[in-house]
Amino acid sequence: MKNVQKSKRANKSLPFFFKDEFKVSFVIIFISLILLVTTFTFDIVPPILNRGIQPATFPKALLILIIAMTLIVYYLATKNPWKIEKKLPRSFFLTLFSFIIFVIVSKALDFFLAISALSIFVAYYWGEKRLFYLLLVGIIFPIIVFVFFETILGLRFPPGIITNIYYS
Amino acid sequence: MDNLLLMLAPLFSSKLLLVLFFGTLFGLILGVLPGLGPTTGGALILPFTMTLDPLSAIVLLTSIYCAGTYGGAITAVLINTPGTPAAAATCLDGYPLAQKGEAGRALGMATVSSTVGGIFSVVILVFFAPILAQLAYEFGQPEYFALAIFGLTMLASIGEGSPIKNLIAGAFGILISTVGKDFMTSIDRFTFGINELTEGIGFIPVVVGLFAMSEMLTQSTLINQVFNRIALKAIKLPSKDDYKKTWKTILRSSGIGSFIGVLPAEGGTVASLIGYSEAKRFSKNPEEFGKGSIEGIAGAEAANNAATGGAMVPTLALGIPGSATTAVILTGLIIHGVRPGPDLFREQPDFLYGIFGAMLIANILFFIFGFFGAKIFARITLVPNKILWPMIFAVSVCGTYSLNQSIIDVWIMLFFGVLGFFMRRYGFSVVPVIIGLILGELVEGTLRQSLVIFDGNWLMFFTRPIALTFFILSLIALAFPLIRSRKFKKKQ
Repeated sequence: MKNVQKSKRANKSLPFFFKDEFKVSFVIIFISLILLVTTFTFDIVPPILNRGIQPATFPKALLILIIAMTLIVYYLATKNPWKIEKKLPRSFFLTLFSFIIFVIVSKALDFFLAISALSIFVAYYWGEKRLFYLLLVGIIFPIIVFVFFETILGLRFPPGIITNIYYS
Repeated sequence: MDNLLLMLAPLFSSKLLLVLFFGTLFGLILGVLPGLGPTTGGALILPFTMTLDPLSAIVLLTSIYCAGTYGGAITAVLINTPGTPAAAATCLDGYPLAQKGEAGRALGMATVSSTVGGIFSVVILVFFAPILAQLAYEFGQPEYFALAIFGLTMLASIGEGSPIKNLIAGAFGILISTVGKDFMTSIDRFTFGINELTEGIGFIPVVVGLFAMSEMLTQSTLINQVFNRIALKAIKLPSKDDYKKTWKTILRSSGIGSFIGVLPAEGGTVASLIGYSEAKRFSKNPEEFGKGSIEGIAGAEAANNAATGGAMVPTLALGIPGSATTAVILTGLIIHGVRPGPDLFREQPDFLYGIFGAMLIANILFFIFGFFGAKIFARITLVPNKILWPMIFAVSVCGTYSLNQSIIDVWIMLFFGVLGFFMRRYGFSVVPVIIGLILGELVEGTLRQSLVIFDGNWLMFFTRPIALTFFILSLIALAFPLIRSRKFKKKQ
């Protein structure tokens, strides 16, 4: 309880733009505004063909609602500040980084290779140093999953350096 | 009588029995593993159901739902971490009781009360789903719109996060459903020139991302966390004294759970919290709650499993999901070409009663598996996260890819994984996004069609009694969290 109070006090002492409640509200409102502007670029149905509302009206209303509710959340947060979250550890950023690597490798090289690389990378940075287990999660298990999906569901995975060898 | 025979059909089909067996087992494993659960598991297994006939597919999903909801109790009792959010209230008394050396007794009570709650809710499902479906014949587009709005406003009180944050998440879910070609005019919305987005954003990438991938990121922040595990010798069936103490609680919580389950969007989490607090309120020994009360375990567990059958009522009768997992089941129904609603009850009673029967059997099966195998299931939690999560990643990626064979779906899944992580970090529940996404098309579709019927006159909504009733209920649903928080502040 004392810790929570301490963290609340700490939160109050920060400038408003450093507080989580401001940053989160700002991001939501900023993205909503961009999307709201985008809705104005949607094609318009000519009045003679239009029945009911325009296709852009519903998303517009939703976005305005989201912005309004976010402002309420921020207003409430100024009265009752959110507790400060712990700093994210290095392992989180490495996992996030592995997602990015996955996207790049799956697009540029190979889907299977991307899964394999991410699995080994994550397992290693989460503390698994034993080679057998790294091979298990990085190669053996993805192969099982690959073959399973391919045979049971008749799935064809996207082409890539390893997948091409498998299919040929 | 005919319907009863139809319910027993799964017992006479070796294929369905096998599916039930596998589904219950898989559900238990998912329930036991913290961070996974029936919603994620159901979403991951959805592509595999394409190889099954519709009945087997839905039986598989429902058995995962029933068993997964119970499985959360094992971890809640033994490591003080709910396997599923619905088991959060079970931790409050399950773990303290296990610390006193009575883990077997705690799990025995959890198993019995979950089974009773589950079976009770199936009975409710069998009786009330057809009645609700019959009522649904009176529903036109405006009524469905009002009902969907009611479902969305119920998100304000789903238990996790603040009401307004839940509503923002729900609105965001609806917004996702607007991506792609507009269904009435075929005009592109939010596609940003990406061809793959013209078909819209699929349900599976969003669910797997928000649940599985965001959990993987959460686990990455907890890799040094050590759980205090309590050893389990064997499950003990409750004693006569325990039964005497808890039978009223179990029945009450079963009723509460079933009722909460029937309400759109509410699920096992809310049911177990209310079941628990009501058990405390009616208890002769409320001071024991939080210190290992057997009534506390019974109250929470009967309620969360009772919510499973309850949540299936609006899902099957109206096509409105009663919880996040039933949203996955609803997607399963749609993928298999089954349209939930009143016509389903008239045209395919064998299909429906087959599901009811399967849920009944699943509740009995998880009792048997839980009673004899809890010790083994408890060991599953020993699988280290550094091995488990890369494996879950591989299955999630392939599962997401498999539905449309689209790499964009995989990227969308990862995007929602990151988004889900930050949402949870800042107190936004991810469940409303799922409910919003599944209800989005219904909300917009019925609104626009109603406006066509009403010639653009919005006030006409309030001239229809059923729609008006749902709007009033929506206002109550919005006001309820406010009243509750004021009461709570007054108490403090």
